[in-house]
Amino acid sequence: MAAAVRAIGSLGRLPAAARAGPTRHTPPRGYACRNISASSALQNRTHVSCDIKGDVAVVRFNTPNSKVNTLSKQLSAEFTDVMNEIWANEAVKSAVLISSKPGSFIAGADLNMLEACKTAQEVTQLSQDGQKMLEKIEHSPKPVVAAISGSCLGGGLEVAIACHYRVATKDRKTVLGTPEVLLGLLPGAGGTQRLPKMVGLPAAFDMMLTGRNIRADRAKKMGLVDQLVEPLGPGVKTPEARTIEYLEEVAIGFARGLANKTVSAKRSRGLMQRLTDYAMALPFVRQQVYKTVESKVQKQTKGLYPAPLKIIEVVKTGLDQGNDAGYLIEAQSFGQLAVTKESKALMGLYHGQVHCKKNKFGTPQKEVKTLAVLGAGLMGAGIAQVSVDKGIKTILKDTTQKGLDRGQQQVYKGLNSKVKKKSLTSFERDSILSNLMGQLDYKGFEKADMVIEAVFEDINVKHKVLKEVEAVIPAHCIFASNTSALPISQIAAVSKRPEKVIGMHYFSPVDKMQLLEIITTDKTSQDTAASAVAVGLKQGKVVIVVKDGPGFYTTRCLGPMLSEVVRVLQEGVDPKKVDAISTAFGFPVGAATLIDEVGVDVATHVAEDLGKAFGPRFGGGSIDLFKLMVQKGFLGRKAGKGFYVYQEGVKNRSVNSGMDEILEKFRVPANPDVCSDEDIQMRLVTRFVNEAAMCLQEGILSNPVEGDIGAVFGLGFPPCLGGPFRFADSYGARQLVDRLRKYEAVYGSQFTPCQLLLDHANSPSKKFHQ
Amino acid sequence: MSFMLSSALRNLPVSSAWAAGAFTRSLSCSSPFQAAAQPKTKKTLGKTGVKNVVVVEGVRIPFLQSGTTYADLMPHDLARAALQGLLTRTSVPRDVVDYIVYGTVIQEVKTSNVAREAALGAGFSDKTPAHTVTMACISSNQAMTTGVGMIAAGQCDVVVAGGVELMSDVPIRHSRKMRKTMLTLNRAKTLGQKLSLISKIRPDYFAPELPAVAEFSTSETMGHSADRLAAAFGISRLEQDEYALRSHSLAKKAQDEGLLQDVVPFKVPGKDTVTKDNGIRPSSLEQMGKLKPAFVKPYGTVTAANSSFLTDGASAMLIMSEEKALAMGYKPKAYLRDFVYVSQDPKDQLLLGPTYATPKVLEKAGLTLSDIDVFEFHEAFAGQILANLKAMDSDWFAQNYMGRKAKVGAPPLDKFNTWGGSLSLGHPFGATGCRLVITAAHRLKKEGGQYGLVAACAAGGQVMVCALRRGQEQQGWSCWGSAILPVIQTSLRHLWLPPPPLVLSLFPGAEPDPPCLSPPVRSCAEPQGPP
Repeated sequence: MAAAVRAIGSLGRLPAAARAGPTRHTPPRGYACRNISASSALQNRTHVSCDIKGDVAVVRFNTPNSKVNTLSKQLSAEFTDVMNEIWANEAVKSAVLISSKPGSFIAGADLNMLEACKTAQEVTQLSQDGQKMLEKIEHSPKPVVAAISGSCLGGGLEVAIACHYRVATKDRKTVLGTPEVLLGLLPGAGGTQRLPKMVGLPAAFDMMLTGRNIRADRAKKMGLVDQLVEPLGPGVKTPEARTIEYLEEVAIGFARGLANKTVSAKRSRGLMQRLTDYAMALPFVRQQVYKTVESKVQKQTKGLYPAPLKIIEVVKTGLDQGNDAGYLIEAQSFGQLAVTKESKALMGLYHGQVHCKKNKFGTPQKEVKTLAVLGAGLMGAGIAQVSVDKGIKTILKDTTQKGLDRGQQQVYKGLNSKVKKKSLTSFERDSILSNLMGQLDYKGFEKADMVIEAVFEDINVKHKVLKEVEAVIPAHCIFASNTSALPISQIAAVSKRPEKVIGMHYFSPVDKMQLLEIITTDKTSQDTAASAVAVGLKQGKVVIVVKDGPGFYTTRCLGPMLSEVVRVLQEGVDPKKVDAISTAFGFPVGAATLIDEVGVDVATHVAEDLGKAFGPRFGGGSIDLFKLMVQKGFLGRKAGKGFYVYQEGVKNRSVNSGMDEILEKFRVPANPDVCSDEDIQMRLVTRFVNEAAMCLQEGILSNPVEGDIGAVFGLGFPPCLGGPFRFADSYGARQLVDRLRKYEAVYGSQFTPCQLLLDHANSPSKKFHQ
Repeated sequence: MSFMLSSALRNLPVSSAWAAGAFTRSLSCSSPFQAAAQPKTKKTLGKTGVKNVVVVEGVRIPFLQSGTTYADLMPHDLARAALQGLLTRTSVPRDVVDYIVYGTVIQEVKTSNVAREAALGAGFSDKTPAHTVTMACISSNQAMTTGVGMIAAGQCDVVVAGGVELMSDVPIRHSRKMRKTMLTLNRAKTLGQKLSLISKIRPDYFAPELPAVAEFSTSETMGHSADRLAAAFGISRLEQDEYALRSHSLAKKAQDEGLLQDVVPFKVPGKDTVTKDNGIRPSSLEQMGKLKPAFVKPYGTVTAANSSFLTDGASAMLIMSEEKALAMGYKPKAYLRDFVYVSQDPKDQLLLGPTYATPKVLEKAGLTLSDIDVFEFHEAFAGQILANLKAMDSDWFAQNYMGRKAKVGAPPLDKFNTWGGSLSLGHPFGATGCRLVITAAHRLKKEGGQYGLVAACAAGGQVMVCALRRGQEQQGWSCWGSAILPVIQTSLRHLWLPPPPLVLSLFPGAEPDPPCLSPPVRSCAEPQGPP
């Protein structure tokens, strides 16, 4: 983004040079001109190159040594140069912008550049420079065609929509979008002004507020691109190479057509589109749209995220008060947003995610081609689903036909929902399903490269299964346990080959939750870890690797928080209130609802185990309350009743009245000093953060980055806070410790701050994230 | 014997010249082992222990653009006409025929075993079993090789193989919901039940279900795939138009010179006798250049003019074991030898089968490309043919996609489809295979060649290639004169495109007729062509 902006900015600064161009290289003939400029540029241009094909200039982006093109300072400067040459060259009538990399047009800006800016003014300046340059492209007398193949995101999209025409490859890699909002920003190079005019107000809001990726075919329907090019198969070159060459040929055709007016850049709009546009032209209707969108955003973000509201404001200003006002407020807001702590937190998460998409253990010796999953329950079937669709042959084993049928149906349903959403064809679904073998016995396990067990959470069952499996699997096969709390070393105790045993903790629902927590024991070999991470990454997961211990990292952090939730409920706070307070803090799911989702029986199990292991630190709420709930059958969502009553098709669930009696039974008096809404929030969060810090202190976590990623992607820790460690940094370790001390005084040792937090509190310069 | 005479007399003067000689010669051609006596060193391609299978004769009714003279007929009527033509030309006693196999792509539901219905109607013995096969555009190739298998296995001596397609009519169904309601209605007992079922019918139930326009696995139409294929190999629009023009010009020449001897006249009930293919329309590059792309709009290269068009037609072929043919006094027109079916990716290599199959069958037969005198390739699209020629001539493609050390080489154009092809003669999906084989046999005879190679690609990525050794009227007509019929076939599934005019009429305004000016394709708004 920032880089995009900068690129544009630097372009903006050069018009004078461009105008001077023709006079300096006097020859009016294009050829001479081209030769001179090309040769002089050849020595130093590394990111952008330019070919002149007849009367069309083909500008190629190619960030060296990188899978994607980013709008870096260098690329921007070279792009500026090239464009100025094109404008100066009379033999050139039009231009095509294309990437040399089939997988990436421009994936956005180099975030590091934006992060290097110290003040909002600096960022605003970047934005303004960018706006000016893209405006220059927009008003270029020579038509400019963007030939898009691969990711066209953020600043890349803003470049594309400033062009006169867009041709995109219709393949899966080609996605367009404005993901700035996900980083707490807004499109800062005119995107907020151009997009509504291009795709209409509702669609533009949708793109900018959700940051969603739009596939090429959808982009065509929306009017975001003008033409599609189908990817080609093998010819006398590789499909990728030939496809991008073909894209270029087609784009050149359109560029020529635009220059000689045989092609019109105007799109024919459908009746619906025209009606919508007409309606949007009425100020009254627009106000209505702003209002609706704003209330929706408020409801979803609880006002915790400034970027979406800014986006609405900026778009509104542009449409109501004209371009100049729009560009001005866009640049200012961009600057303001870039220095918010929300934006810093979200960018931290972005970097963390990138970090967790790498396999730090290297390439495993043997790729996992056949996977066996034991237990076709929710987790087992979910793991199978995310494996088969990546082409891994998967055996799904259960002990009963009924359980197996349910699991296979779950996989089918998961894939079929993609067919309904058209992201998969029914044929692809069928061929993916052919990778799945459902069975009740251990047939074929001799070919398995990895076994993931997802059987009932009971150490005896796990031991039994491990022994059975080890009798049938080959020597290289890895045994992974999907457990949320049982220590892996305890499971591995009965193994003949503990170096091949590892923990893979998936989160439910597996096909939706991005996180995978991998647990290594002292005995787990490097290669086993490498293999598990490789499988996780192949399944599309964000992977954190932690050391073994009760509850590992995620479950262990969640434990104290849920214990505190119970305590709060015991103090007489209504479950709905608890939910409201926690979502207001930024948790995506209310704390009471979370217990229902996890399952009260599971929570009881875990709480008991962890309680034994950690003693009073996991105290607070009464575990007997859970036990009574289990007795009464209030197991949470899966049983239809927990703190709430769940009914199929009923959206507004009501509080389970059966709980009144139970809560009454365990009622404890509340101390008004620590029971304000804010106190309740902080009681929950400080315990979470304290436990996370404890995990880092004990070496369960190897670094705070993985801790933040695990908490946000696995447990729903508020993304706007960036995770427990980023929160500790931004809130202040000192303040955190003070809070903990305050609650400790009332409740006791479960709030005692850990040593690591104390250290940070004592030296203000210490930060988890530098 | 009588066949030889009658056919020779009815045929062109050229053939009668050799027919007289063949009369006696064919008798001596009793065993493949005489090959040793053969003066030339050409291989017979016969296999020890495997019977020689020969083509005695092949015919076809004129191929017509769909919606023309055959429009009111049913598929078995066309097949019947072809079978009767074969009977007339060969005078083969009907009860000698052991088996009949027919290929077809779009089945008329009433005559789903069209082979049997046509055979009965054509006066074959009702004791002769018949079955129908389908394999997209190589359905009749499949019919032939099924026959070859039966003869080689010693189960039959005389088999009639053929194919038929009637694109003037295709089955259009009620929607699934409607069908379900109607079937349930059948079982409803009381009036109340019936009424309640009927009351559930909604307007959308009446939307008809058209035969699939696209490859089932990829949802892509064949023309679209052909356009992408042409682009992948960098084949220009001009090259495609030039190739299509060549096909039409050569077909016209062959038709005018009377070389298309496989055509038998067909008296259509209520209409005049049809004697000629009606899709041959040589145009000019200029006219063809005016057409808009039919599939990849607006910048594609495949147009109505450089694609094969929707065609009605049928073909039939008499194949026998060599001993039987000789014993009955027939002189084989060609020997059917090795054949190969191959298949590959139905998405990106849908129409690239001939490239894969050609080297395989040549290797199997122990020949090289330069041994082949006559090439007959099915022309689904001009772009598809040119892409295959380019792929066959590319070492890079051979190494990276075919796992071969070097290219097989492209067939020289002067031996390639010199009497026109599917682009100009037409392409009734189920019937084209037999036309290719018999045309190759006739060309071998006419041009004095030894070996022929036939290839056809089919939907789902299938191809048929066939090399023929001419019959034996040369001095060495003893049985070394063998014909190879390698059938190369690629792919998985059959696909065909329903006739666009039909689509248009059902959804008026859905798709404007591209301006088909004078070029060869007449009424087809969109060229189609499962090869």
